[in-house]
Amino acid sequence: MDPANLLMKPQRAVGICGYGAYIPRYRLPASEVARIWTDGAGGLPVKEKAVAGLDEDVITMSIEAARNALLRAGIDPHLIRAVWVGSESHPYAVKPTSTIVAEAIGATPHTQAADWEFACKAGTEAMQAAIGLVGSGMGAYALAIGMDTAQGRPGDALEYTAAAGGAAFLLGPAQNALAVFEGSYSHATDTPDFWRRANEKYPSHGGRFTGEPAYFEHITAAATRLMKYLGTTPDDYRYAIFHQPNAKFPERVAQMLGFESRQFETGLLSPAIGNVYAGSALAGLTAVLDEAQPGDRILLVSYGSGAGSDAFSLSVTPQISGRAQRAPTTGDYIRRRTEIDYATYARYREKLTLK
Amino acid sequence: MTPSKPSDPILVLGVGMTPVGEHWEKSLRHLALDAIQLARADAGGLRPQALYVANMLSPALGGQSQLGALIADFAGLRGIEAVTVEAAGASGGMAVRQAYLALASGMIDVALVVGVEKVTDKSSSALADAMASAGDADHEAIHGATAAAQAALLMRRYLHETGAPAEALAGFAVTAHANAVGNPNAMFRKAIKREAYQRASMVCDPVGVFDAAPVADGAAALVLARASALPVAGEHRPVQILGSAAATSTLALHDRPQLLRLESAAEAVQRAYQQAAMRPEQMDLFELHDIFSIYAALQLEAAGFAEAGCGWKLAHDGAISLEGEIPILTFGGSKARGDTAGATGVYQLAELTLQLQERAATGQVRGAQTGLALCLGGSAATAAAHILGTAG
Repeated sequence: MDPANLLMKPQRAVGICGYGAYIPRYRLPASEVARIWTDGAGGLPVKEKAVAGLDEDVITMSIEAARNALLRAGIDPHLIRAVWVGSESHPYAVKPTSTIVAEAIGATPHTQAADWEFACKAGTEAMQAAIGLVGSGMGAYALAIGMDTAQGRPGDALEYTAAAGGAAFLLGPAQNALAVFEGSYSHATDTPDFWRRANEKYPSHGGRFTGEPAYFEHITAAATRLMKYLGTTPDDYRYAIFHQPNAKFPERVAQMLGFESRQFETGLLSPAIGNVYAGSALAGLTAVLDEAQPGDRILLVSYGSGAGSDAFSLSVTPQISGRAQRAPTTGDYIRRRTEIDYATYARYREKLTLK
Repeated sequence: MTPSKPSDPILVLGVGMTPVGEHWEKSLRHLALDAIQLARADAGGLRPQALYVANMLSPALGGQSQLGALIADFAGLRGIEAVTVEAAGASGGMAVRQAYLALASGMIDVALVVGVEKVTDKSSSALADAMASAGDADHEAIHGATAAAQAALLMRRYLHETGAPAEALAGFAVTAHANAVGNPNAMFRKAIKREAYQRASMVCDPVGVFDAAPVADGAAALVLARASALPVAGEHRPVQILGSAAATSTLALHDRPQLLRLESAAEAVQRAYQQAAMRPEQMDLFELHDIFSIYAALQLEAAGFAEAGCGWKLAHDGAISLEGEIPILTFGGSKARGDTAGATGVYQLAELTLQLQERAATGQVRGAQTGLALCLGGSAATAAAHILGTAG
């Protein structure tokens, strides 16, 4: 099954001890974007997207998600040995998001803190590394966060979906976990489907090249290999969650891999909140954990442009009982909704040139 | 002037084609090499003395000109004479025309023609921009007249003047897709229903998505030779070029004396018929250039298969199907096999050759012995026509 030893499993079993989402309340309907740019013509890739308010950024959002994770975990934050935030919209190019988050949740000073970057899979990168830190025994707990306030170029196809939101996961020893990692696998190639140079405000992308050779190639490679090395098949999973840049791609990749809609619909949030980039697959995971039962198996596969996928297989434990209610659920955040128009969105997202 | 027939027939000895599609992993030179290797193997390994490359978009989309020398070298033919022939969408037919003239002059024995395009390294808007250069840059393109916009103007006027129904041109897409099912090189291989055409969203009203051919990557190659230069008979039935002709018209639509008459196409086809001493009724099939469905209707009229304003009826009544009076798009055409801009004319002639050699599998036109191929540059500012027939 795995002669080359490509499955990633830590020395000590690791699991998720707490989890929490954050999604801003503002929603911009895709029909509003179409109203401005195409006179309402053309298909809409999602129903609406979440937009960060004037006083929000990846730091504020990560702190709230982290607090939700700690509420669910119920552990002393001083036990956290790493605070890692993955995003493509860190507020600073130099000055880590993670130290501010670590300070705000009471994890400083005895902690590793670092910002991660790999397009939409920056959050699962932090998760992979956190498995390593905890699994090696270097630290009892590690916090991995994927969070974004994605910017879409006005008038570009991606403006319909570039959204704000994400989730935090407190990883710790398997015996304290509500879901245990059975194994993970990472797949990366040099595939330039989507990028942004440091001095550019908006990203560029390769149009149709972002599909088959990028998103579909890496997700199917990672999912197929993980299941092969673990000896599992789609039927073994109650839930499957994929990176969700729109509504169609995750549905199509799920079907390509052999999953049915009852397996992927719980974790599919993009129609309601858009593409929350580094928070995308992770936010889907929080929605699944809000309803998962002991014994359920979960497949999580992220995708980051540039490109790569991290795949994880999780098994839910009896400790999940009652955890969802300890903090706002992902559904609560999705239902908390204030609709805005394109002008308000342009103001909130600083698309108006003021000088 | 009656063109003289060469006393030494010009034969198509080998064909090669790559699938048409988004070849993310293949560069232009690799696509060309693939097609050339297939064609040369099909021709029994003949080595050409001259290479004619049909290409329109490489300088704009790939930063690469001088494809003649590049491809000759890359294909293991370093040193032979080589040149790119460009006439927008008619580049393919015009490259074959140049090969024909060189062979007919007696100065070349074996010629290789390869049509190749690589469009997927740039955005779709860069492609639309590059395609628009087939129109008049100073008087059309600068005002935003893309290829689709030009086709829309023609289609709108055609439907108005003929009084044809809105879905009059649906048959071209339906036929193309039906015929592509049997073509492993086609980009789209699923049949479509008329209802799909009627529900289609607009590209440039009234041109809908089923009226517009996709432009993608691909390469097609032909090995041509003078009959007297053949060392041994090839494996397949030789196909002869009975007629080869080209003509031009105005670039800008607004300069056309009659908007709905493809003057260059009529002229080129007429000269080809004369050279071959044949008439439209003798054509067993017609590989026309359906870059947009309106051009398909107009080419049927220009080539003498329908009266002016009646080309759409052949599509409506099914005369253009594989079993009809004048089968067209037998491998899917630009709409379903896929258009490859400057290379399309070479695909057409490769497909026509396979039909005449009875190698068209499930898409075979029964008893095909003579066929016409026609490709257009832009809105038919250039037209290249060839008539092929089975030889001996």
